Amino acid sequence: MSEHEVDEATGVETTGHEWDGIRELDNPLPRWWLWTWYASIAAAVVYWVLMPAWPGLHGYTKGILHQSDRVAVVGKLQELKTLRGVQGAKLANASLEQIEHDPELQAYALAAGQAVFGDNCATCHGTGGTGGKGYANLRDDVWLWGGTLEDIQHTIIVGVRTGEPGARDTKMPAFGRDQMLTSAQIDDLTEYVVALSRRRANPAAVTRATQVFADQCAACHGPEGKGDQTKGAPNLTDSEWLYGSARSDIRGQIWNGRGGVMPTWGKRLDPETIKALAVYVHVNAGGQ
Amino acid sequence: MWKHHAKFERHSLVLLIGILVAVAIGGLVEISPLFYLESTIEKVQGMRPYTPLELAGRDVYIREGCYLCHSQMIRPLRDEVERYGHYSLAAESMYDHPFQWGSKRTGPDLARVGGKYSDDWHRQHLADPRAVVPESVMPPYAFLAKKDLDYRDIAQRLETQRKVGVPYTKDEVAHAVDDLEAQADPFDSRGTALKKRYGGKVAQRDFDGNPERVTDMDALVAYLQMLGTLVDFKTYHAEAPENQR
Repeated sequence: MSEHEVDEATGVETTGHEWDGIRELDNPLPRWWLWTWYASIAAAVVYWVLMPAWPGLHGYTKGILHQSDRVAVVGKLQELKTLRGVQGAKLANASLEQIEHDPELQAYALAAGQAVFGDNCATCHGTGGTGGKGYANLRDDVWLWGGTLEDIQHTIIVGVRTGEPGARDTKMPAFGRDQMLTSAQIDDLTEYVVALSRRRANPAAVTRATQVFADQCAACHGPEGKGDQTKGAPNLTDSEWLYGSARSDIRGQIWNGRGGVMPTWGKRLDPETIKALAVYVHVNAGGQ
Repeated sequence: MWKHHAKFERHSLVLLIGILVAVAIGGLVEISPLFYLESTIEKVQGMRPYTPLELAGRDVYIREGCYLCHSQMIRPLRDEVERYGHYSLAAESMYDHPFQWGSKRTGPDLARVGGKYSDDWHRQHLADPRAVVPESVMPPYAFLAKKDLDYRDIAQRLETQRKVGVPYTKDEVAHAVDDLEAQADPFDSRGTALKKRYGGKVAQRDFDGNPERVTDMDALVAYLQMLGTLVDFKTYHAEAPENQR
């Protein structure tokens, strides 16, 4: 042990450790580093005073700033409301018709609707609202559940086939899977539906399917296949197809009777947001 | 003073005692208050332990590393509340062992994804994310729909959760397999017992669209569709003084 040994070249004390003749200098910590360390300790003390910090037996020190994220976010949301200002408040109280007839308010609703659409609706209906297989196209003038502003608003609020009370809820039977019709009958029906949309079909099959269509399909899709918006039954005579227009798609739909589910947005979004969404969807589709 | 630290450095036992004292102070101040301070123990309506199918789905979620890209933590910040809904409450992860807050959002937060999309959408999206979200960078998980869910040990998994504090009853552990199978089949008569044990709000559906099998997809979609839907925010008043912290 040579605790007080001083290195000749530097004049600094050594630690007394030695490895193969190499000794370690006991330099003090750099001044700047040491003072930064002291300063951070002092800053911590200041933080204790200003911010929530120490737990006690029945609570914790709140700090003289009374900082709370939960309180802050309430304030921030209130600020947002103020920021949205007059138009935002107007939207809350306006009826759908009033929004339609007030260009300024409509522009506001459109902007608000677009933002909400992007996060909540575009995932299924597509960024431009053009839909996809199994997801309704919102840019055309074909509507499953009605295309008036009120209809759209109602569909957004209650959703479709969610299992919630009040939701728009109908179910196309799985005629093939549940063995309600034979495979041959479904082949004929497919031809019948193809014929309905004014495409070339096998006339013999169409004739055979006429009675089956009247018995099984007309109740919802109508005797002429024009659909029924109160039942969400699509018009089969137009060129818009939710599950595809090919014969195999049509046959698959008769066989399995798929029905899409749309969430109950009334439970997630506030009424103003839904109003804005309804206006956005309505205007973009050139709605009814 | 400066010379005394040499004593700590040169006697391992003294150093060990020193470390223990320092760690004990840290534990006392940082951990023990969490067990008694009222402000850290939230009382909310609606929280329940996961059903066996949801728990199995949660295990799939962890197995596939979903937490690496998805958080389950809506922070009390304006933009997050505007986008995702009410900020997450501590109570909402009270039955999570381990919690799935995550720390990175390559994909969106999932804390309230339950009910936001249809089962169909989840199936399609998990199998091929770009089929429904063209700009997505999420990898496909198509195999989930093809893989039978392995739930032979589901009762033991519930029992494990029970050991770390989730209040599963003996009855729930004993009927874990029944409950799991019942939840994935809307026509299963054991669904009544399932809802009796876990509450009427439990969704009993064929989550993967294939009524013949119970797959990993069934479990994962059941779990995702429940996320963030348990707490009844009609009975929770964020602005009440006891909830302002």
